Amino acid sequence: MLNRIISQAVSARGTTRRGFLKMSAGAAGGLILGGALLPTAATAQGGPDSLATPFVHIRPDNTVVVIVKHLDKGQGTATGLATLIADELDADAAQVTTQFAPANTGLYANTLLGVQGTGGSTAMPNSWQQYREAGATARAMLVAAAAKTWGVDPASITISNGEITDGANKATLGDMAVAAAKQSVPDSVTLKSPDQWVYIGKSFPRVDVARKTQGATGMFGMDVAMEGLMYAVSLRSPRFGGALAGLDDAEARAMPGVIDVIRLPDRAAVIAESTWQAIQARDALSAEWDFSQAENRGTEELRAEYTALLDEDGIVFENAAVSQVEEVKVIEADYFFPYLAHTPMEPIDVTVLFDGAEATFWTGSQIQTLDQNIGAQVLGIDPGSVKIETLWGGGSFGRRAIYDSHYVAEAAMIAQAWLQTHGQARPIKLVWTREDDVRGGYYRPMHMHRVRASLDVDGNITSWEQRVVGQGIAIGTAFEQFMVSGGVDASSVEGLGQHSAYTIPGWSVDVHHPRVGVPVLWWRSVGHTHTAYVVETIMDELAEAAEADPVEFRLRYLTDPRARGVLELAAEKAGKIPDGLTRGIAVHKSFGSYVAEIADVRIRQDGTVKVEHVTCAVDCGVPINPSNIEAQIEGGLGYGLSAILREEITMTEGEVNQSNFYDYTPLRITDMPQVDVHIVQSTEAPTGIGEPGTPPIGPAVANAVRRATGKTVRDLPFSNHGLA
Amino acid sequence: MIKLNLNGEPREIAASADTPLLWALRDELGLTGTKFGCGVASCGACTVNVNGALVRSCQTFVGDIDGATVTTIEGAQDATTEAVRAAWVELEVPQCGYCQSGQILSAAALLRDTPKPTDDDIDTAMDGNLCRCATYARIRKAIHRASEIVEG
Repeated sequence: MLNRIISQAVSARGTTRRGFLKMSAGAAGGLILGGALLPTAATAQGGPDSLATPFVHIRPDNTVVVIVKHLDKGQGTATGLATLIADELDADAAQVTTQFAPANTGLYANTLLGVQGTGGSTAMPNSWQQYREAGATARAMLVAAAAKTWGVDPASITISNGEITDGANKATLGDMAVAAAKQSVPDSVTLKSPDQWVYIGKSFPRVDVARKTQGATGMFGMDVAMEGLMYAVSLRSPRFGGALAGLDDAEARAMPGVIDVIRLPDRAAVIAESTWQAIQARDALSAEWDFSQAENRGTEELRAEYTALLDEDGIVFENAAVSQVEEVKVIEADYFFPYLAHTPMEPIDVTVLFDGAEATFWTGSQIQTLDQNIGAQVLGIDPGSVKIETLWGGGSFGRRAIYDSHYVAEAAMIAQAWLQTHGQARPIKLVWTREDDVRGGYYRPMHMHRVRASLDVDGNITSWEQRVVGQGIAIGTAFEQFMVSGGVDASSVEGLGQHSAYTIPGWSVDVHHPRVGVPVLWWRSVGHTHTAYVVETIMDELAEAAEADPVEFRLRYLTDPRARGVLELAAEKAGKIPDGLTRGIAVHKSFGSYVAEIADVRIRQDGTVKVEHVTCAVDCGVPINPSNIEAQIEGGLGYGLSAILREEITMTEGEVNQSNFYDYTPLRITDMPQVDVHIVQSTEAPTGIGEPGTPPIGPAVANAVRRATGKTVRDLPFSNHGLA
Repeated sequence: MIKLNLNGEPREIAASADTPLLWALRDELGLTGTKFGCGVASCGACTVNVNGALVRSCQTFVGDIDGATVTTIEGAQDATTEAVRAAWVELEVPQCGYCQSGQILSAAALLRDTPKPTDDDIDTAMDGNLCRCATYARIRKAIHRASEIVEG
């Protein structure tokens, strides 16, 4: 049902991805260089006396409010966008605050995705030009205003650290805000040259950390509070795709604080005066389920089917001529990667208020365009009548970038049913418990790989055949039209073949996308989570078989100088292997960025793996905010390490076996290595940083463990082998 | 009615005795700095101080703490907690920030017991506080920094 809604919602706008791109490119060009910089009702409120553009407001009280079109769920995007504006504006960092943009695809589309949304580590790449131009435009208008006010030549005016001066007169940015708003918008602006940057590539303090040490009041969707708020918790089918066949809610309705129980086709929602009362009453519901259309297979059955597919030819992704060179050494290996849950620390939540004509959703919205359109579609109103109030995300890792906006749709259905029954609009906060989250699907899809790679007599790679089996994330969704080509879903094979930083002779790849009723989703670095693991562990074994140094062997096949650069930098910085440890190396390109990670690993007395230290080198183009790059690399590798050590979602007869942090067990501080991050001082356009730290850590650790134990772990996670 | 001294002020809770302190704080008293992460004392996001000891408020029932002194992140303003906050801001520890109320209260409790902790002391004390952003490396550094700030 949701897929149908989203297809309609997207097609109703007449948009293929290309259509989106055209539309947004036109909008961006008009915005920055045309007249659309003037305040409009559609932009976030700037106040009557502000210089208000879609991307920045300068207020008479001397605050500079950067309008953030992306979701910040910890990856530092709000600070990044503020850095770009503040630098071109020459604002004082202390006067800069941020505010999330309203849903408005025309103004705020991600120019790389076409919709207003955050994902694929594109926040800075798509904003790099746009936000600097917005800052430079505002600056030009402030300079023009000061020149007019003081009756001086604009060329005599400088701005530094938030102070405007011509040498004789001085003003703050706020002093000139009103006058600047009356200036014409320049047709074009000249951006600073890199030597003029004051914040970019240096430092700009995070805009959110102080509040996040005080309890983060008002920042997260989970903390939304308002007059008359009710709380909803849903009982969903224990198997994916099950339908609600019967419901006894008498006991639940009699419990304290329970206001209503709403029955939907595949779930029942308890509405109560508090979250706890709703959770308690949900436990008292007695439901019968119809599993005739459900996914009834367990992990064992799925794995057996995937394994059988490894023997069958798949859809060709990369075709390579069969090598005529004699094979001297051959490595054959099968890999298994389980379903993974994202488990952001803030479980899913969304607050909705619907009065029959208009609706507002408060949530950490990651694809505002879809949340707005799908919310509208469910409620049967125009998207223009739906407001999306984007709040800070308590983590996401992909979980909030939902192609079907399923939890916004769920909240909308509950709100609609409430209004129909009670005839009175009241805000409802839908909360998913951790159990709902862990068992709720939208996982990193389970994948298997088979590789057969060989060396010739000189120790050079002569063939590399690879087969991938796993659900395509976009298949069956509205994203299929632009993410699936020739039957191959890009999310399963990214990082392989011509999409790899390596040029490997004879690399052929084919793919199977079995249809499974488990909803799957992008999970921090998506397909790279498994493709990098396979490629980098095989490369390491080939290097060993060729009796070559693992760095030197990789360099033979790394033609891309930036990939070579990070590998060589990491190898140089890592120094000697400490006594008693073994070392593993991996390098991978993803989302346009290059990361090498070198892990030094100890095997504890009980046989478990402790990663003591990781040396990282990263090239993500111009390093806009080095502190945040370091944080994202540390966090990204921590997220990847967590997955390989102990994370897996398994099912028995269609039911998920894990439920909370005691049986789905992410990384704790005791397993966090020390991390050193070395950043390449690149002048290339900036590329992503939220995800690229994740792919290399798994294979780096696996390679280090192989050097200690003689075996590559190919069946994840490590905990199934006594290694964690 | 259950009576508490909450962040230095007398407060009453109307919720039933079997209500977890977490939900009484959040939904009834409007103190949302204490976060819901798991509900089963596995993640530490809901950490608060009750009578001077760290507890997981999702597994602390209000009926069991009548008359207690409770300090949440909003009310924790002692010198040690403020030093932890200052170090957290200086080293830019939080990413998404959702777990950080619990991290900060746990770090402050560690420093009160062990003013000069080693990395092992930190790992042991902070093991109950999950962070999916894996800010752990900076947490270690920031606890050492907070220790210096407290020493002055």
